This record gives sequence, C-alpha cells and structure tokens, in this order.
Amino acid sequence: MNVIETSGLGKRYGHTWALRECTLAIPAGHLAALVGPNGAGKTTLMNMTVGLSGPTTGTATVLGGQPAGSPCALDGVAFVAQDTPAYRNLSAGDMLHLTGNLNRRFDQPYARGRLGELGIPLGKKVGRLSGGQQAQLALTLALARRPRLLILDEPLAMLDPLARQDLMATVLAAMTDHGMSVLLSSHALAELERVADYLVLLSGGRLRLAGEVDDLLAEHQVLTGPAAEADRYAGQLDVVQTRRAEAQAHLLARTGRPAGPRWPGWEAHPVSLEELVLAYLRASGAGPGAAPPPALSPVPRTEGAEAAR
Amino acid sequence: MTTATMPAPPGRGIARRPMPWRRMVWVTWRQHRPTLISVPALFGAVALFLLIAGLKMHHDNALLAACHPFSAARCQRLNGEFNGTDWTLANTVLILLNLAPALIGAFAGAPVLARELETGTYRFAWTQGYGRARWTIATLTLIAVTVTAAAGAFTLVFGWFFQPYLAQEDLSVLSATVFDTHGVAFAAWTLAAFAIGVLLGMLIRRTVPAMAVTLGVYYGLATATWLVLRKHYLPASVTSNPRIATGQLTSTSPWVLGSWRTGTTRWWSYLPDSRFWALQWIESGWLLALSVLLIAAAVWLVRHRAT
Repeated sequence: MNVIETSGLGKRYGHTWALRECTLAIPAGHLAALVGPNGAGKTTLMNMTVGLSGPTTGTATVLGGQPAGSPCALDGVAFVAQDTPAYRNLSAGDMLHLTGNLNRRFDQPYARGRLGELGIPLGKKVGRLSGGQQAQLALTLALARRPRLLILDEPLAMLDPLARQDLMATVLAAMTDHGMSVLLSSHALAELERVADYLVLLSGGRLRLAGEVDDLLAEHQVLTGPAAEADRYAGQLDVVQTRRAEAQAHLLARTGRPAGPRWPGWEAHPVSLEELVLAYLRASGAGPGAAPPPALSPVPRTEGAEAAR
Repeated sequence: MTTATMPAPPGRGIARRPMPWRRMVWVTWRQHRPTLISVPALFGAVALFLLIAGLKMHHDNALLAACHPFSAARCQRLNGEFNGTDWTLANTVLILLNLAPALIGAFAGAPVLARELETGTYRFAWTQGYGRARWTIATLTLIAVTVTAAAGAFTLVFGWFFQPYLAQEDLSVLSATVFDTHGVAFAAWTLAAFAIGVLLGMLIRRTVPAMAVTLGVYYGLATATWLVLRKHYLPASVTSNPRIATGQLTSTSPWVLGSWRTGTTRWWSYLPDSRFWALQWIESGWLLALSVLLIAAAVWLVRHRAT
C-alpha cells in the first residue's frame, strides 16, 4: 500500500507553478524526508496531500487510494503545519479537548501523559508557551489522533538540538508502536540522515529524486580520478555533479547496481545522504559554480547534538 | 516494502458516518466564547437598563395622558419632562441601536474565518477528522443563531420601551430608524450583517480590513434598502387629500413616498403604517434568504478555495 500517491500533480498560483508534474508513490512504513530549498514546493505538496488545497492538475491520494481531504483521509492523516498553528488564547488542556472533539480517535491519556513528561502545564495558554513547547504540543495533538500517516512540515525549525532528538525519538516510537508512516520536511539534513529511510527531493517546483534511502545510496557513487579524463568518462555515465580540485575530478554519478564500470586510475566511494541531496540540488538549481541554496546548507552539528547522540 | 506493519484500516462503515454535530457545540463555545458571551450580555445589559428606565418613562407617559387640561402648568411640565429628558434618552438608544447590527457584523462576523486564515490556524482546524465544511457550517450556524436570537429577544424589550414615543413624537413606525429596530427586521438585519462579515472575512482573509469593509457594505445595503427597495415591497396607496397623506385624519403616521401634480390636483403616494408587519416580513424574508446565501457562499469557499 502507498501512503501517498500522486500522479501528474501540479499547483499554479497565478502564473507561477509552485509544483508541477509530480508523480510519486511512497510505500507504507517509511519515515520519508521531503527536502528542497525554500520555494521548492514542499509545503505546496504537503497542503495538497492533506487536502488543504486542491491541485491545478493531476491527483493526490493517501492511505491506499483515499482522495486527499476526503473524510477517510482526514481520519487517518494527521498534519502538523509549519509554525505549528494553534489557538493562542486557548490553554493546552483546551487544545486536547478541542482536538478530541474534532476526531473520531483521540488518545487523551497518551496526550496528557506526554504533555506531563514534557512539562507543559495543561492550564497554560498556548500563546504563552515557548516555540519549542508549541511544536511539542502540536506533535502531541497529532500523535494522539493515532494517525496512519503523519505529515510534519518543518517540525524541527523551532527546536533546539536536544528537543529535536526527543521529537524524532517520539515519532520513531509511534512508528514502531502503531505502524504509522511519516512524511517530514526539513532543512536539517544532518538529523534526517539518521532517521529517514525514504527521500523525496524537490527543487524549483519539480520532483528531482525519490526512493528508499538505501537504494539511492547504493545506486550512487563518487568516482575520483584524473581531471583530464573526467569529460571522457562523464559521457558514459549518469553524472549528477562534477567537482574538480587541482588535477583530480570527483564525479557524483548514478552508477546503478551493481556498481558501474571501473576505469584504470579511478576510485569509487560511497556517498552520504547529505552529499547526494546537495549534489542533486546544485544540479537542478544554479549549477555547480553558483552558491549553494542558502536554505539547504546543512545545520551545523552543534555540540548539543553531538552530546545527545 | 513494509506493508505488513500497517494496522488494519478502521471499519469503513464507522469511518463513513459523520461525527455528531453536538461535538461542535463545545468546540464553537470554546473557540468563540468572547462573542457568544458578549453579544447576548451587551443586549441583556441594555435591555435591563431599558426596563428600568422604561418603567419611569411609561409612568410619565401615563401621567401625561391623564393630565387635563393639557394647557395646565402641571401638564406642560410633565410634557416638557417627557419630550426632553425621556426622549433624549430614547432617541440616543434608537440611534445606537441602528449601529448595532453593523458592529455585530464587523466584530462577530468578519473575524470568524478571517482570523483563522490570518493566523494560520485554519491549517489545524481544517485538517482534523471533522472535516472543514461541517466545521464551518456548525461554527457559523451556532454563532449566527446566538446573535440573531439575542437581537430578536432584545427587540421585544425595545418595542415595549419605545411604544409611547411613536404617538408622542408623531413618528411613523415605517420611518427608517424605527422600522429597522422594531419587529423582526432588527434580528434579520443583525443576521444579514453577520453573514456579510463572515463572507467578507473569507474573501479578504484579514481581520481588520474585513471589519472595515463589512461596516461599509452593511451601510450601503441598509441605505439602499431604505431609499430604494423598501418602498417597492407593496403597492403604494394614492390620495389627493393632504390630511390623509400627513396622517392628520388618522391616529397613525403613514410613510409618504412621493407627490406629484396633475393639473391643479396634488397627489400623494404613501404606505399606511398598518402595513408595518407585511413590510417587516417581506424585508426579513429576503434578508434571511440573503444571509443563508452569503453563509453558503462562505462554506463553499472554505471547501473549494481555501488555499
């Protein structure tokens, strides 16, 4: 079963296409990372999969063919939007009660327990919680619905490194305990690398790459060899990105499985997810010479993150 | 593929049955408590004030009516009191009351959807299992019924309070300020103002501009109704007798719509104020239909044009 399936999906605002010709099938059971620079169409894609906005072209279904936004889809899909909107003048306890009333399934004891663990007082107004607490509250409300698919738009943006780890651990636990699938958009490539097992890469409103992370990493290699020979070999391969340093050339290429040809004087290295993502983004965007898309420069591995690991 | 880890989908039969409307009662109450409390509370407070002030004023009026001869100093003093202090108060209330529906439209109607869109909370509310069309219908209906019922109940008190002035001040019940605040028209205008605010909030998507435009549109509609529409609800009576036209022959004041001359005869077209209830029901009828239409349009927009 595919938890998200889109076919020729496109959305146009005025004369601008926010997303076009997106055909995608994410199988169940994954934590899928949706990456891309700002304006790549990530939020647009998410809005259409939860039924908040209707497509200009194509179709989007969730949970094995339920039309996005249909009653069955709404029952099974929980969405935490960017900036985790909640009613600021209501208390955290009110938000639990409100969400419970608006959904067929809602695990009140779980929600109360988790807010207790996080130290978020039920009586406190949402508007007076910190950004991190608001993000945790929004995630708690979503998880307590016991969704079969959880869609998170930039859930890590408001959080410090420690809270990021906690949040991801909570999501992973819910995946194991309840068989939930997750689609998560983030700029924090470092965090995603550890947890995501499916990758969806958007850039400039188009789908650039999608697949299971293990498969993608196995299919791609960095080939290092004499720069003089690079052009000759590049023609024979599906090269994503070419980098030259002095006499050496590094070709990040889709070599397929089993690994592609070996040339004398050339070495093949595996790629990291981060390298892969950046290579595809540079290739689809401004080209290798240009500055990397600023939004996608990976979040530096701060001391907090290291300590928490 | 790890399809095997997916739990069995919930029973389709259960999932298809919509969630009960009563769940939205708590949700709406909790979300819109300020509006749901303040509108009835304000009407209630003014009604209480009118009941207290009205007892004295009705007393004054009864004394005045029983006072003979009218030219006596005592009667003139009572008359002065009634037409001075009492009338100033009643006239002020009358004018303020003409503002009430517009204010309800701006403060209770416009923010309902505009605030959701402006603050982004619609992304939470409209992705819950309840479904956004039903959420919108339930929210709007509950608030609309509350403000309309509060306005309707208030009119009963105001109608009683204002009664003595209609005769004393020679006011026609068909004059604009009186007609709009009496009978069922006041509640109907309140509902229409609310619906105008709701739809403009959905279209403009920002609270403060939507409130301002609501005030403008409401007064445009109210003025057009008074100047143009209302006089065409029923066929006007025509007379050449100026005393009928100005109400000097009857105890009630008609609404003179216009006059013209054929040869040496001057004609007046007018609506006698016995037509009050017919006009009230006609006006309330189309206002109700308009309100339903505007709210339906807002629901349609929520469903199809959210983002």
